[in-house]
Formats: sequence, structure tokens, C-alpha cells
Amino acid sequence: MTQDHLATELPNFPMTRTCPFSPPAQYAKLRESEPLSQAVLKVTGKPAWLVTTHEHVKAVLGDSRVSSNLKLPGYPHQFHIPEEMLREVRLMLLSMDPPDHTAQRRYLIPEFTARRMRALRPRIQEIVDARIDAILAAGGPVDLVSALALPVPSLVICELLGVPYEDHPQFEEWSALMMNHDISPEEYGAAVVGLDMYLDKLITAKEAEPGDDLISRFIEKNREEPIADHTDIVTMARLMLVGGHETTANMISLGVLGLLEHPEQLDAVKADPELLPGAVEELLRFFSISDSGTARVALEDIELDGVVIKAGEGILSLNNSANHDESVFPDADTLDIRREEARSHLAFGYGIHQCIGQNLARIELEIVYGTLFRRIPGLKLAVPMSELRFKDEALVYGVHELPVTW
Amino acid sequence: MRVSVDPDRCVSAGQCVMLAPDVFDQDDDGIVTLLQAEPPAELHTVVRQTASLCPVRLIQITE
Repeated sequence: MTQDHLATELPNFPMTRTCPFSPPAQYAKLRESEPLSQAVLKVTGKPAWLVTTHEHVKAVLGDSRVSSNLKLPGYPHQFHIPEEMLREVRLMLLSMDPPDHTAQRRYLIPEFTARRMRALRPRIQEIVDARIDAILAAGGPVDLVSALALPVPSLVICELLGVPYEDHPQFEEWSALMMNHDISPEEYGAAVVGLDMYLDKLITAKEAEPGDDLISRFIEKNREEPIADHTDIVTMARLMLVGGHETTANMISLGVLGLLEHPEQLDAVKADPELLPGAVEELLRFFSISDSGTARVALEDIELDGVVIKAGEGILSLNNSANHDESVFPDADTLDIRREEARSHLAFGYGIHQCIGQNLARIELEIVYGTLFRRIPGLKLAVPMSELRFKDEALVYGVHELPVTW
Repeated sequence: MRVSVDPDRCVSAGQCVMLAPDVFDQDDDGIVTLLQAEPPAELHTVVRQTASLCPVRLIQITE
């Protein structure tokens, strides 16, 4: 059998969901029969390895023989990135390997300590309350995505970074475009360039006159001990801004929907707010919205359970599959906010690149779910579930609109 | 139970501090510090959990 012939036998990736609440059905079959398998990436037509079990995803993401460098041949791209753009592109934190990754992450982590995150609680609560005041004043039905799910993380990340929130309609649009699998290389390029030009101006202003914000503190630290140039700082700011938007926004809408569709569990959360942190972990596990966000390329041959991933081959470690692995999460396709092992999920990734904003996300979700159902206890869907449109073609899963009333 | 950490490898995911604030803390740079190397029995379960959740497995436990 020739390589070409083999390639035609491979399944396509991404795989299609049959139920908006469940991972693609093929994942369960792959975990059972072929936990390390190959697929052809729909956007590029190139092959990549799919890693589907909890154990293997942890092994791959914790392995120093894999690289996150998207410029390396074999890297499993999930966007149409124009060739000339790929040559020019600056690596962002997510795409860096040590020691560059270690240096830049160390500049950022003081901003995300548990203490800092706890200190943000009152401000996040204020932001959430103000949005819910506006929702109640407007009266139902409202689209919860545009009225709450997007503005809350957007406001929080803007304040943290020192980005003026009044510019949000524009950068939210760029941010959403960059998360879409299904756009042309030109559209993708235009979104990145647009956002970079915006941030370039903003950072130039902060270089001249620093404020009390994450970007300004990064600039000052970098002056004392340079690890980045101006363009690297623009790239860092783009990652923080986009990363803070799409993920939490989608988790807010999906989590609300997940709770509405499981009324007995929603009632339990309403009755006992102490169940909230566990519910947040379970919703993160259940939806695993950044399923294939962990692309890697092997730097050396890596043997896992008798399968050899060769140097130069691309790897996708599927969080959504790992988080539905029955050997770790019994009855994994059932949402259970009291699940004891929920926190072992890999929704924030694993290894050195594990999400730097994970505890910010946890706090935002806890405050949003808790406050929303406390203040609008009669909240319900304003349309049948079957009418909702899910982001099947996006790198981060979610729902386009969530019409609710009460 | 005896706990040790390797701060050089810390990526500051912060799950240890969120789960077991009596045992782990972060310094001003965000790097893990150990508050108690021999935590009391009632914290053993949660400390074991932090070790398994640490994304770079830098928490070592001897029992």
C-alpha cells in the first residue's frame, strides 16, 4: 500500500458533532480502538496525529520533545495562513518553546497570581451586576451572548490590559474572525493586520506614557531586561486580548445553556452557591471548547504505547476527547455538577503552555453563573433549543446567539 | 506526608494555591512557594490532588 493510498483512507479533521452537547461520536471509537491515530486536516489537506485519551494527551503535552512553533514544517495548522504571512509572523507565547517561552511567561505570570485574581472579584462582580441591571431594564427576550457573555470578559480583559473598552466593537470582530476555521486566508490576514495596527498605536502610546496596567508593566520590565521588541509586545497583547475574549465568552453562554437544559442541577446550584466552583469545573470539562487548540510538532521520534510519532509530524491533542475519557470520568457524556473528579479535566491544556488565565476564567464563570441565576431565577430559553446555531466551524466552540427571557 | 516543590519549573498555573492555600503560596513573581512541608492529615487528600493537577508535575510527595 503506498503512502498516497493510505492518505485517502484517513478520516478528516475536524470531525462533525451530531449533538451540540457531545463531542464528535468518532472520538469514543478512536479512544477505544486507536487512541493514537492519523487524520487529514480539512483546511490544508495534510495529515496529523490525533491524540484522544486523557493519559496520552497529558503525556504529549507534558513532553519536552514536542514543539509549539507554528513555523516548523509539519505543524498542524487549522487556519488558512498565507505562506508569506507565516514567514513574517512573530511567534506568540502560545507558539514559543523554551527558553523564549519561559522568559515571556515569567514576565506575565505575576499578573495572574491567585492573590491578584481574588482581588479582582469585587470589580468583576460590579461589571456583572451592571450588565444584569441593563438586561433587566431592557426586558426579555435578550440575546445573552451580546448582552452578557461577551461584554463581561471583554470589559475585564480590557481593564487588565489597559485597552480602551470603547474600541470593543472593532476588536471583538477581529477576535471572532481569528477563531473561525472557515474564513479565507485573506480574511484571516486582514483581521490579524487590523488588530495589530490598532495595538501598535496603543502600545506606542504606552511606551511614551505608561499606565497602571499589564501591557505598561510588561513594557517597563522589558526595558530593564529586554526579551522582546515592540512587535513582540504587540503580538503578546494580541494573544492576551483575543485569548481573554472568545474562550470565556463562549463558556458563559454554553454554561448557562447547559444549566438551563439540566433543571435539577440548576436548582441545586441556586439552592447552594457552594456547588458553584464544582459546577464551573464540570461545565469546563463537559464542553471543552478549545478541543484542538493544542497543536504540536514532534522534534524527535516519540513512542507512545508502541506507536511511533516521527520527528516532524504534527500532533493534535484533543481536550474534548480526553475530557470524555470514561476511564477517568465515568459516565462522561453526562453533565454532573457534583462530579468529584471534574477538576482533572484538560480544558485549559496541560504542560508548560497550560492557560495562564485559567483562574481568571474560573472566577468570571463562577460570578456570572451565580449572579445571573440569583438575580433572574426565572431565566429560560426564548427559542427552542433546536433553533440555536452552534460554532461548529470555529477553533473555540460556542453558540452564536442565546435568546433568553424570564 | 512530606511535600517538596521544584520552583524552577513552575509555570504558575496556580491550581495548587487555589486548592490548598494553607500549603502553597506564590511569591511576587508568581512562582510557587511551600508554606508547610509536612501538612496535617486533613489536608493530605487535597495535596495529593494538587500534585496530580500540576501541569508540570513539580509537586513531589513522599508518604
